[in-house]
Formats: sequence, C-alpha cells, structure tokens
Amino acid sequence: MPIKTEPMTVNIGPQHPSTHGVFRLRVTFDGEEILEVEPIFGYLHRGTEKLAEERNYTQIVTLTDRLDYVSSMINNQAYCLAVEELLGVEVPQRAKYLRTLTAELQRVASHLMGIGFFLQDLGTLGTPLMYAFRSRERILDLFEMLCGARITVSYMRPGGVFFDAPDDFWPALDQFLKDFDAEYKEIEQLILENEIVMVRTRGVSLLPLDLAINASVSGPVLRASGSDWDWRKMDPYDAYDRMEFDVPVATGGDNYDRFWVRIQEIHQSIRMVKQCIQQIEPGPTRADVPLILRPPAGAEAYGRVEASKGELAFYLVADGGISPYRCKVRSPSLINLTVTEHLLVGWKLADMIVTLGSLDINMGEVDR
Amino acid sequence: MNCVLGPDNILYDTLLFRVIYDGVGNVLPCWLSYVVAGIAMMMILVNGVLLGAGLFSWVERRLIGRFHNRIGPNRWGPFGSLQPLADLVKLLVKEDLTPRGADRIVFTIVPVAMLAPVVLVMAVVPFAKDTALANLNVGVLYILAVTSITSIAIFMAGWASDNRYAMFGASRGVAVLISYEVPVVMSLLGVVLVAGSMSLNDIISAQTIPFLLVQPLAFFVFFAGTSAELNRTPFDLAEAESEIIAGYHIEYSGVKFALIQAAEFGAVLTSSAVMVTLFLSGWSGPASNYLGWAWFLMKIGVLAFIFSWIRATFPRLRIDQLLAFAWKFLLPLSIINLFATALEVYFLRDGAGNLDTSDLWIMAGINFGVAFACLLVFGTLIKEKVRPAGPVTGATLTPGEAD
Amino acid sequence: MALQQLTGEDLAEKVAAGVPESVDGMVDGALRVKSQKIADVANFMKSDSGLDFNFLNSISAVDYIDHFEVVYHLTSLNKRHTAIVKTRLVGRDDLTLPSVYHLWRGADFQEREIWDLMGISFSGHPNMKRIMLWEGFEGHPLRKDYL
Repeated sequence: MPIKTEPMTVNIGPQHPSTHGVFRLRVTFDGEEILEVEPIFGYLHRGTEKLAEERNYTQIVTLTDRLDYVSSMINNQAYCLAVEELLGVEVPQRAKYLRTLTAELQRVASHLMGIGFFLQDLGTLGTPLMYAFRSRERILDLFEMLCGARITVSYMRPGGVFFDAPDDFWPALDQFLKDFDAEYKEIEQLILENEIVMVRTRGVSLLPLDLAINASVSGPVLRASGSDWDWRKMDPYDAYDRMEFDVPVATGGDNYDRFWVRIQEIHQSIRMVKQCIQQIEPGPTRADVPLILRPPAGAEAYGRVEASKGELAFYLVADGGISPYRCKVRSPSLINLTVTEHLLVGWKLADMIVTLGSLDINMGEVDR
Repeated sequence: MNCVLGPDNILYDTLLFRVIYDGVGNVLPCWLSYVVAGIAMMMILVNGVLLGAGLFSWVERRLIGRFHNRIGPNRWGPFGSLQPLADLVKLLVKEDLTPRGADRIVFTIVPVAMLAPVVLVMAVVPFAKDTALANLNVGVLYILAVTSITSIAIFMAGWASDNRYAMFGASRGVAVLISYEVPVVMSLLGVVLVAGSMSLNDIISAQTIPFLLVQPLAFFVFFAGTSAELNRTPFDLAEAESEIIAGYHIEYSGVKFALIQAAEFGAVLTSSAVMVTLFLSGWSGPASNYLGWAWFLMKIGVLAFIFSWIRATFPRLRIDQLLAFAWKFLLPLSIINLFATALEVYFLRDGAGNLDTSDLWIMAGINFGVAFACLLVFGTLIKEKVRPAGPVTGATLTPGEAD
Repeated sequence: MALQQLTGEDLAEKVAAGVPESVDGMVDGALRVKSQKIADVANFMKSDSGLDFNFLNSISAVDYIDHFEVVYHLTSLNKRHTAIVKTRLVGRDDLTLPSVYHLWRGADFQEREIWDLMGISFSGHPNMKRIMLWEGFEGHPLRKDYL
C-alpha cells in the first residue's frame, strides 16, 4: 500500500551553514527527496558593475578582490589582462611570472578551501577543513609578504604587479613548498579513498558532458564531466605558455570527480609554482603606464582567465575617459549554478548539500 | 542502628546506601531515613552524571582541537578545564526562547525527557564493588527499555518545535533509533547467553576474561549501534550540522539547550559505562576491591576517547545508507553472532550450565574466526559499492601544444 | 592547436548564407546582426558543422544612451575558435530580444540578469524575472540614466 505523503517546501538559506554565503534555495521535498529546486540569488549583490563605472581603471582592481574573495589574485589577473588589452600594453617578463606564481598559489588556496568545505558538507567535523586551512594560512602569509594583505590583495595592476617580491619572500616560498608536500599528502591520505566519501559521492548528481557544455559550465566542474577545456592551455596568458602542466580530467561527472579534479589541480599548480621559481629572472615588474589610465574611446576587451571556479572574464568597454564605460563580469560561479536544478532534483537533502559543495560556488562572485 | 535493610531489598547491595541508611537511622525514623538515603544517592548519581558530562564536553573539545591541529579551549582554569562552567553560565543567562507556533508543554518537557534516560541508566551500572544503586536481575532489559525513551524525546522535540528542519531531524532520529535498536538487542543477547544472566553484577563476575574477546562481533555491532543512537558521526543524521543545522534541537536555547547538550555528552559516558560493564569486565582489574572505580573510569575514558576519535575522523552517511547499514550489515552480523554463541554455549557448558575460563578462551578463538570470516564475506559483497573503478587520470594535453 | 579568433569578416559570409538578411555589418572584429534575427543566427552558428559554436561564454549588454548593444561571446570547444556577435536595440522602452535559452542553457541566468539590470526582455525565456534584485524593484540599475 503506498503511503500518502505531502510535499514540503523548505527554504535552504539564506542563512544556512552549508550554502557558502548568503544563498537561498527554495526546495520542495517529498520526505527527503527533492522534487523542485529554485535558486534565489541577490543577497550579496553590491552592484560591482555599476560601481566600476564610477571609478578609474586602477581603483577597480580593489573591487575585483571582493568578487570571489577566496581567489582575489586571479580576479586581479583577469581584470588587468582586460585593461592591458584595452591599452595595448606589454607586461614585463618578471611581472608575468609573478602573476602566474601568485595566481597558482591562489588557486591552491581556493581549491584547498573548496575541498575542505566539500568535506565539511559531507559531515566531517572540520578535520579535513582544518588540515586544508593549515596550508591555506601559509599561502595567505606569503601574500601578506608580497602586498600586505591576505584576502583582498589588490596585488596586480594594469601593466604588471604593484611590488616586486621582497627578498625574504623566496626563502619563505621554498620553505612552504617543502612543507606543503607532506601536509598535502596527509590531507589526501585522510580523505581521498575514505569509504564513506566514496559511497556518498560516487555516482551522485551526474552532470553529462553535453549538458555541461550547453549550460556554459566551466572550470573543474566541466573537466570533471570529461572535457579537457582549460583556458590556460587553450589561450595562454601571462607566463602559462612556458609552463609545463597537465590538465586533470575525470569522466564520471559526479560529485567525487569534481572533488577529485580539484585535488589533482593542486598538484599541477604546485608544479607550476616550482617552474616559475626556476624560470623567473630579475627585471622591471610594471610596464611604464601613466597613473591615470585613459584607454582609447570605443576600445573593448574581453580579458579572460581560468579562475579556480571556472572561466572568469571581464568585458570592458572604454569611452576615452578615466573609468570604463561598461565593466561586465562573467562570473563562473553564477553560470555553473545554471545546472543546479538538473543536479539536485531526484536526490536527497544530504546529497543536495554535497552537490552544492562540489560546485564550489562563491556568493561574492555569484551576486557581485 | 535500629534500622536494618532486608537482603531482599533491591538497594541492599549498595554499600553506600546502607551506610547512609544506618547512619541517618540513628536519629530519624526508619522510613524517613530510607527516603533521605535514597535522595542522597540520587543527588550523587545525577550530579555525577552531569559533572561527568560537563567534564567530557571539555575533554572532547580539547581532543577534537588536537585532531584539528589547533589548541582548543584553554583560557579558563588549568588547561581551560573550567570552560564547561563558563558555557553553563553563558547558557543560563541567555534568553529562553520558545517559538510562537511551538507546543509549549511538549517543548518544555523535552530537555528533561532527554536527560532522564541518561541518568536512569547509571542506576543499574556498578561502578565499583557493591555500588550499583539497584542490582536488578533484569539489568540489561532495563537499560534497553530506558534508552529507548530518547527516541520519544527526539520526536517530541522535532514535533513541538514547529520547524521543518527540526521535523527532518526528528524523523531521521526516530528512523535511526528504531533501526539500530534491533541489532543492538540481538548483539546483547550473545553476552547474556554467555553470562547466563541479565543482571549486570553477574555479567561482570562472569567475565573472567573480558567479553570483548569472547564476543568481538557483538562488541562491534553494539559499538556501531550505540554511536548511531548517540547521534555521533558517522551516524549523526538527526542533528546533521551541515544539512539540517541542528536537527531536532534547532529551536532550543538557554537552559533547555544546556540540558540537551548535557544529555548528549552524558549519554556518551553512560553508553561507555554500559559497554565497559558488558564487554570490558566492568570495574574488575588488579586490586579491584579498592580501585574498582579507577578501573571503571579508565575504561570509560578509553571508550569515550574512541568515540571522540571516530567523531573527528569520519564523514556522515546518508539516511538510506545508514538504514541499509543497520538492516543489511549489522543485523545479519548480530544474528550470526547469536547463532554461533548459542551453539558454543550448548556444547561447551558443563552439567550445571556454567562455563569456565578455558571454555571462554575456546569461544574467543572460534568467535574471532567467525568475526573475521564475516567481515571478509561482507567486505567483498559491498566492495563494488565502496570502491568503484577509479577516475581516469588526466594528462590529456602535452605541454607546448598550445603555442 | 591554438585558439583562433574568428573576425566579423570570417563569419559574415557564412552567416549571411545560412540566415539570409541577418548581417548588419562588422565592428572591431565582431559580427553585428539584426536584433530580430539573433536567435536564428545563434541557431545557425551552433548547428553549422564548420562553425560549431557549442559554448556560450557570456552575454553582455551595454547601454549607449540611444541604443543598447547585446554582445555574445561564443566558443567552439571542438573547433577551438571564438567569435563575438553583437546586436543592436534602438530605443529605451519595451526592448525585446529573442532568447537563446533553448540553444544554450547557459544563457538562463545571464539573460535574466540583463533583464534585471539593463531592462532588455528576452522572448522565449521560460523564467523571465528579476535575479539579483527583488520583485517590485523600480528601474534597471545598470542603465546610464539610473542614478
């Protein structure tokens, strides 16, 4: 005899420990099973794009820090690439390497946070998260040596980077890399083949490749579904054309694969950091650009990078003034959320939280 | 000295009770001194459990801090050991909120209903020689009966809170508790069979070697089942922090929350105490006539540490996996264990139906073999589910291809 | 194989052949098409085996006071080339553009965002409502006349 049940609508968020910020999902449950999902955004909308129209080109760098606040270096990089394309400025070699190095370190920090919170969502009592944060703290300390800030770095500027690395940065970086291998091995041993992680994430919330491409999903989420698309390979910017690295690809498209791709990307990022240390040479760190930038009227640029969450791009339109006429942010977190409904419907409440964690969204970037 | 407790009284075995009863009996009438002694024992027991819960909350926070690579609470008192007191004061002065839509009476009863079974269990557990408050001859049955009150309390909390998260937590909690009660009971039957009695005192005296060795499968099932009933990771679904925030006690604050927390931490201790009694030969050990309580506390400490360790290590299971674990894995295991134990007892017992130490060693040998074989068989059965084919390793693009 | 940026010249001929009377000119390496034909052009660019634009990077809208420009950045993951398609909407009220939601699901939130912040409605989008701001909000903040 079928038991009569009644659907129940629950608001997950905007204040919920596992929504990674102020994000709300209006979910209709049948028992524990999800029938309908509607994502609701906007709780962190600060109007970054409008604010950018009021500030000059250099000031906007600080706005980009606050988009995806766990990978601000990469946001800086995307924006600076766009402005340099507007101006037609060539960045000095040393600055390119410094950018690549800091961006990869930031990717490590961001992915560490991604996998840490993913496992937190799986229900661990914070142990993997704390392990991940231990290494992330070290990276933030390195950033502090570079630019005095840990999260909102504003390290890169149109035309290069603001400061050259101080002398004691390089030994500290070497020490970090030496310690990181052991620390990261510990994290991997703790979680990568944990049986409960396996049964909870294997085969859950499948994202087929054709839907992933159709829904403009990018970054680790796309690569977990079987595509090898990585802008660092496809359209190398900064020093990535001289970096030797692999693109980790998984074919399952489930939660475990998304998690696994991030784990492997950290290895590749560390590989690139090591190459940067070997290849970097002394030289200027900023191109000769004026204090107030005035790109020519009518110029437009689409500066894109492979950020830790996916394809991050700034579409800038100049009108000859000191601030951009239009500054559009193509935020990977928002667009990766397009597939939420497909991923969640039919799964259980517990899977929903894990799937959100596996998408690794950041509300600062979703709402902008 | 005119009041004498008859040996048929269930409190007769409690040395402390008799001492108080005799002492007070010198000045008060016998019936009143009986009440006074009873109240004194209750005070000791209730406060002992609550103090233990407070202490354990600090110990666990420190431990988990170490597991996390951080320090943990260390500000107040030596090594932060007065932290529970600070928490208590903070919770006592907090506003005690009741949601508008809540069922006030049920909502208020819940913390007491949560705490009661925790304290009640301790009434039959002997924590040293002649100290069990009541030497019930159906002690095991009593423990099972009393601990199942928790499921009612959890459902009351979820229902009365008028909150959908609480409702999720309550329905999950009840599903888990009902499912896990079955394998837990089945595993305890093995112990009862070997000991030949349901009285906890008799079970302890029957443990010439700890039943952990004689009944390894039963211990495993009981440990897993108990962690599920205690709502601790990997079975903490009823209060899954990352999913339904705090589950059934989401709406509780202030004193009520403090009581619920005390009940949760106390439950870990009392469950450890029950496990020590049933599987680790209770208070017995070298010089146990004088140091029984120390052995008892030490064994509780070891089990509580293992609980904390597991809590800090594992992720959470999903509800269907959790129930499947109970019905498809733990229940068969406990039935196999019960069957094996019954056969062993049938063939090994002497004419009077007793087992001596050498028989227990033989049983230990057989049961460890059975346990190993079972885990091997079940391990291969679920291997496919736990470890599917690994992901494809990357390295699809050779460097330099891009330029 | 490096990524190739297809300019308006590369595209114009093919698109004009595939969707007649749709091309409106070329600007800065981008192709400009007529606004009412944008869904047809998008369909052609996605399904044509030579172009095969299966990935929609982003949709942006720019307010030029007298007209709006909507910019589509497209990529073909198989053929490894990118393209920019623009379209122009004259006027400031009741602006409507055919939606590309049914070609690329990725347009879902981006079209909603453009409606929310720029006030360009997309016909054929199944869920055309505000995304960042709340229902009942007055105006469209990214427009140049919104202060």
